[in-house]
Amino acid sequence: MSNTPVLELRGVSKSFGAVQALEKVDFEALPGEVMALVGDNGAGKSTLVKGIVGVHPFDEGDVYFEGEKVNISGPRNAAALGIEVVYQDLALADNLDVVANMFLGREKVDKFRRLDEESMEEAAIQTLESLSVSTLRSVRLPVASLSGGQRQAIAVAKAVMWNSKIVILDEPTAALGVAQTRQVLELVKTLRNKGLAVVMISHNLLDVFEVADRITVLRLGQRVSVRNASETTQQEVVFDITAGQLSPTPRMVNS
Amino acid sequence: MSDLKEASPTPRNALLEGTATPSLGAYLRNYLRRMRSGDLGSIPIILGLIAIVIIFQTQNQHYLTPRNFVNLIAQMAGITTIAIGMVFVLLLGEIDLSAGYVSAVAAVFLAMRLRPPTGWPWYAAIIGALLFAAAIGIVQGAFITKAKLPSFIVTLAGLLVWNGVVLLLIGNGGTVIIQDPVIIGIANYFLPPVWGWIVGGASIIFFALSQLQRWNKRKNRRVASTPLLIVIFQIFLMALVMLAAVYVSNLDRGVPFVGVLLLVLLVIFSYLATRTRFGRYVYAIGDNEESARRAGIQVDRIKIMVFMIGSMMAGLGGIVLASRLRSVDTAAGGGNLLLMAIAAPVIGGTSLFGGYGRVMSALLGALIIASIENGMGLLGLSAGAKFIITGLVLLGAVLIDAITRRGREQSGIG
Repeated sequence: MSNTPVLELRGVSKSFGAVQALEKVDFEALPGEVMALVGDNGAGKSTLVKGIVGVHPFDEGDVYFEGEKVNISGPRNAAALGIEVVYQDLALADNLDVVANMFLGREKVDKFRRLDEESMEEAAIQTLESLSVSTLRSVRLPVASLSGGQRQAIAVAKAVMWNSKIVILDEPTAALGVAQTRQVLELVKTLRNKGLAVVMISHNLLDVFEVADRITVLRLGQRVSVRNASETTQQEVVFDITAGQLSPTPRMVNS
Repeated sequence: MSDLKEASPTPRNALLEGTATPSLGAYLRNYLRRMRSGDLGSIPIILGLIAIVIIFQTQNQHYLTPRNFVNLIAQMAGITTIAIGMVFVLLLGEIDLSAGYVSAVAAVFLAMRLRPPTGWPWYAAIIGALLFAAAIGIVQGAFITKAKLPSFIVTLAGLLVWNGVVLLLIGNGGTVIIQDPVIIGIANYFLPPVWGWIVGGASIIFFALSQLQRWNKRKNRRVASTPLLIVIFQIFLMALVMLAAVYVSNLDRGVPFVGVLLLVLLVIFSYLATRTRFGRYVYAIGDNEESARRAGIQVDRIKIMVFMIGSMMAGLGGIVLASRLRSVDTAAGGGNLLLMAIAAPVIGGTSLFGGYGRVMSALLGALIIASIENGMGLLGLSAGAKFIITGLVLLGAVLIDAITRRGREQSGIG
């Protein structure tokens, strides 16, 4: 495992009006590692992700990408670096087929600026195969007709197709059945084995302990612990989530 | 049937079914499965058309005559043109209520530029009218995207404003006569029989070549392709329809120029919708605007362009209608023109909810509407009866859309 983190945050903070959503949070994700990001509702998990991709830039603190300080201005910029986020609501267009969704916004065109459907279809099939997604009947089906697990797989495949270095999965197993959750967790392991840094945000500690190498716990906008999954227990993590030690700074800023 | 089956290459990919060319049998089975699941394609419309033809033909033997067929094409051309632009607006999940009077404004602009004192040549007047209409679309689109106002309200305001502009420009109860032979020819010129055959033949060859080229391109790669027999069958069917249309038209006055114009517009805009990034983005935005935005698509720009296309096509439709009447009067753009231009794509299978539909639906829906209107005109039915029947057809079409949509979503078959 390489030691340079793909992504490293140092002391990032973010407030929305009077609410301090993140407070001097450090975070890192190593290549070939699944870093779980857990915490209760309102702990700041989503804010952290939005800060990373530049949707809501951090108020203070530094972001390092592969050891270099970067200033990410928006999702396009993040994607260009190799940071991809798979959002909870998946952001797929239901009536478009699998290929169209995987290439949305980055379509291949031929010299007449015509959509190059054949190349896109081939590349989509290749990516899905490399991720061992095998339950799909055809890549020309509209995604509305796919199961939750399949849709998640498409969203992940869409993210890893672009030589991304780090994939952030926001609640990838929420709303999935047992078998489909299994598929998605297998997919997460595949991503790790391909050498990507994977950040998995989840509420489900069973899932977290199944795939995560390390676990970062956020509580009320602060990082309360980083633990190796193999050296900790669910009880410890639950304790951190609900009652982890906070720094003494008051959370609410006086307005 | 086994001798009909193609020798399909061994599937090179066991993981993903459908990545190799399916056998003819498998293809047909899949097609039937899609139909049962509610993906009916154009079948309800074609069945509807057949029913309409049978009903009217049994009532009045003048219905299915070459003369009436040619009339039908001329009658539906204006609405179809407006409806083609409307398809893009509907694909976005938006609506353009101003299209009727924008068409009238463009026609008035054209008619007034043609006559003295300006006396523009016909091409300058057409280009000017289309640019004017396009500008209207850009302004309305800018209000909808930049000020985040609902398209329903912005274009409703447009409906009133452009109606007012038409009345002010023409003056009380007036009529602007069009005398330019080229402009009048748009809706009133018929191709000599030989040219009808040449245009028909050329379009068949064009269609066949593009289909075969596509088939050939897909066959040699790791992507699912249609069995060759199906491709040939499609070409054969298209050729049959085309040759029949030319033959029947030539029995009367010949192929109307507007028929050729519609064909060209359909090809151009179908291409735009299905083979370009712009078209793909229109579908994506109508489907899930947020996902389109996250994918880095410039949503506002695409939307403004769509409203521009909608208004420009409305303008072109207005010119066609004016050409047919050889004049523009204060009633232009009024009546049920707008509602028919919206109803046509919906009857043709384009969803009002955005993200689902085809440019072809404008033609198919307009064909249904025009066939009913034309037939009831022959039967001497009142305008009231026409509206009621057309309204019921629209309701039926939306009902089919809603039911098949549910079918598509539940079945897991696309």
